[in-house]
Amino acid sequence: MRINPEKCVACGNCTYVCPMGAIYIDPVKQRATINDDECVECYTCFNGLSQEHLPPSFVRTVRKAFAMMRIRFDPEPDVCPTSAFEPNELVWPRVIRRAFSDPRVPHESTGVEGRGTEEVKTNDVTGRVKLGEAGLTIELGRPGVGVRFHEIQEICTALAKAGVAFEKKNPVTTLMTDVPTGKLREDILDEKVMSAIVEIKVSAERIEEIINIVRDVEKRLTTVVAIGVGVRCDNDGEDHIVAPILERLGYKLERAKTNTGLGRAVTATLQPEKELVKA
Amino acid sequence: MTNTLHRFGDAESFRDDYVIFAIPVRSKDMGAEELLPKLRRFLQIAIEYKPVNLGDTRKGGALRPGRGMNPLSHWKRDITPDFQGVVDGLAISTTVAAVFDNKVAAEDFIKRIHEEDFGLSVNISTSIDGAEQCCHHACIPRHSVGYSLGFEGHTEKLPDSQVMMLSTMCGHGMVSHSLAKKMIDFVKENRRTPEQAAAVLTRFCSCGVFNPSRAKRILEDARIKTN
Repeated sequence: MRINPEKCVACGNCTYVCPMGAIYIDPVKQRATINDDECVECYTCFNGLSQEHLPPSFVRTVRKAFAMMRIRFDPEPDVCPTSAFEPNELVWPRVIRRAFSDPRVPHESTGVEGRGTEEVKTNDVTGRVKLGEAGLTIELGRPGVGVRFHEIQEICTALAKAGVAFEKKNPVTTLMTDVPTGKLREDILDEKVMSAIVEIKVSAERIEEIINIVRDVEKRLTTVVAIGVGVRCDNDGEDHIVAPILERLGYKLERAKTNTGLGRAVTATLQPEKELVKA
Repeated sequence: MTNTLHRFGDAESFRDDYVIFAIPVRSKDMGAEELLPKLRRFLQIAIEYKPVNLGDTRKGGALRPGRGMNPLSHWKRDITPDFQGVVDGLAISTTVAAVFDNKVAAEDFIKRIHEEDFGLSVNISTSIDGAEQCCHHACIPRHSVGYSLGFEGHTEKLPDSQVMMLSTMCGHGMVSHSLAKKMIDFVKENRRTPEQAAAVLTRFCSCGVFNPSRAKRILEDARIKTN
């Protein structure tokens, strides 16, 4: 993303809007400026700000006059008055930032928007997670924090050592050069993204072991981690296997995504095991 | 995508937060041509149950940013959600969502979707009990559950709970912490009403799963309460 300096009037609206806090008003240039190293190409500035098409010189003159009189503006906070944001062409490896940070762009590897994963949201059709198994999503990075791929690799390698099965239809897995070790492509390791999800499947009795591995790696990372645990309910719609394990580990279960099972069952003949890559 | 799983708050704080979404799963039985009308119908039915937001993952929610805003609109900004616009604008088969701010509407909608038998994967994102009651009302056993274990690691880098409750309503992170804090401050200073501030935040959610009704309540609380 770039901000056209001919158009920018340094109103500062975009500085609040950037989820990564990567935009600031340069005091010398008097223009909004992007810290390219922190920018994750999420396009929130371009897509989220409403746009006006006012003449920049007129807006600057008005702003200067008002500022001299110490009059505070009160424009709408989500508007770029001069449409100064202009997407630039992203090349490899920077393009990976957008793939993992802009939810409107489907991941090429999975065809899924957002973070590119389906977790147990389509489990009624795919049958990916069965009774007694757990599909874990380990999301690294948050807005304002982000994560670089070398940190994601730390989790991947630790999990690979434990011999877990990585979900094949997951964008992080597709970036692995060596699935048995969990190593990612060298050329992306310094790239920063808003967040990325490592997705694995294990038997329910291994949940504690996996969570302990994640907690151990977390100590070496500089980011925030959010774990999701997907389970298949029994015929009565109950989960008597995984929830008790999580509660024993000290988690207070408050929120969940619940798959209602209304997906067409006839497609359950798909072979879920083929979707996994054994580490 | 964890667009709704890790919303911040306790179960009680999700009493007015029910996100129900349909995911098109292509199969040998259903291709893109069969899926699109079903997704449109899902959204159209949702309107009957008075949602607070509606969205498709590609184009956004019922309140979207303007590409050619009139400068005069600063004085009279329209914050009316355009639900029908979401339905009519759906052009490809992608994940669609309906957001409700009360249990009765969510329960009745799920029951109706069950009766319609679209064959789409339908998920409810809310408190665990809230979703269970929706399924019970529709007489369907839960198929699968994806639990959120919350945030860990360097949580000292996260903002306060009011900001977190607002910003995590877009799980993709399009609602920045800074903007959420700014809107809390605007409401505290009486520069915007909670409804107007919630509308600002809603426009940034690019899948339409942000809950403006819950945001309004949080902003009203934040006006007089600290964390």
